Amino acid sequence: MTFINYAAREINCKIVFYGPGLCGKTTNLQWIYDKTNPQAKGKLISLATETDRTLFFDFLPLDLGTVKGFKTRFHLYTVPGQVFYDASRKLILKGVDGVVYVADSQEARMDSNIESLQNLEKNLKEQGYDLNNIPYVLQFNKRDLPTALPVEEMYRQLNYKGEPTFEAVAMNGTGVFDTLKAVAKLVLTELKKK
Amino acid sequence: MADLVMYEEEYEQIKEILARLQSDSNSKIVFLVDKNGQQIAAHGDMQGVDATSLASLTAGNVAATDGLAKLIGEKEFSILFHEGERDNIHISLVAQRVILVVIFDERSSLGLVRLRVKKASQELEKTFEVIVTKAAAEQSREGRFESPFAEITDEDIDSLFSE
Repeated sequence: MTFINYAAREINCKIVFYGPGLCGKTTNLQWIYDKTNPQAKGKLISLATETDRTLFFDFLPLDLGTVKGFKTRFHLYTVPGQVFYDASRKLILKGVDGVVYVADSQEARMDSNIESLQNLEKNLKEQGYDLNNIPYVLQFNKRDLPTALPVEEMYRQLNYKGEPTFEAVAMNGTGVFDTLKAVAKLVLTELKKK
Repeated sequence: MADLVMYEEEYEQIKEILARLQSDSNSKIVFLVDKNGQQIAAHGDMQGVDATSLASLTAGNVAATDGLAKLIGEKEFSILFHEGERDNIHISLVAQRVILVVIFDERSSLGLVRLRVKKASQELEKTFEVIVTKAAAEQSREGRFESPFAEITDEDIDSLFSE
């Protein structure tokens, strides 16, 4: 649910990074946080366990500048990827405007990717959304690992609706901003239609 | 749920209600957040307070508590209260869609805050009814609703990322 504040001339959009445990959702956000200039970002909040596994969510507010005189602000969230945190994941999807699905390229994680994608589809439905209609971008992360599956194979198994797809190495920032830019674009284009 | 669209008139009303609540309850900060964690308005000494994080964590807190309520068969827990050594936070739901947060210290009391929040909530509820009706009316008048984004171009979007 986008929040347009005509009085303050602000628009706020919510983007959620989804994907299986340890696929690099938090790393994506961390990179964005590290590389954005201080005026444009708020605090990066991580509700994580002592071993740095996301417990509830990570949150990063980003000011992208103005469009048509409106301050454009994106709120980036990650979900906890581990299977048993499903209740938390559902909560975070509330009011989502766009989704980035971060897939782990390692062959051994392919089943988890598929399971998590099905989980996304189901949880969106429960919140009254349809993955077919929502702004959605796919990211193949960890492309630098020797065990990474070929991109074509990943695309065959994970492509949902011909969504924009990016190869990434979130640890060194490769593809991170391209992914963010693509989803932001889709969200703003969606607003245009309304 | 429909998008929340806020116009000047209601925004001013909301700010007024919050200002009154802050002084009547003798509290430090009063602010209003929507259930998705977007700050709507605030009043009080916000200096040194990270309002955006506060908003997002409040919404997360309420969402988690909502989840707990459903688990045990409750519709919702309409009030949350956190007590600290110096400051306390009182969180309540208004019109089932926005969250009213009051931060106060020993200059006020839980009783006073609850009393004043109750009154302010009723006023806010009315305002939000107007907002929802207005938005629905605008939407049904097809084509009349001029979204500021209707004419957004690819260049506009690209320029956001030009740095």
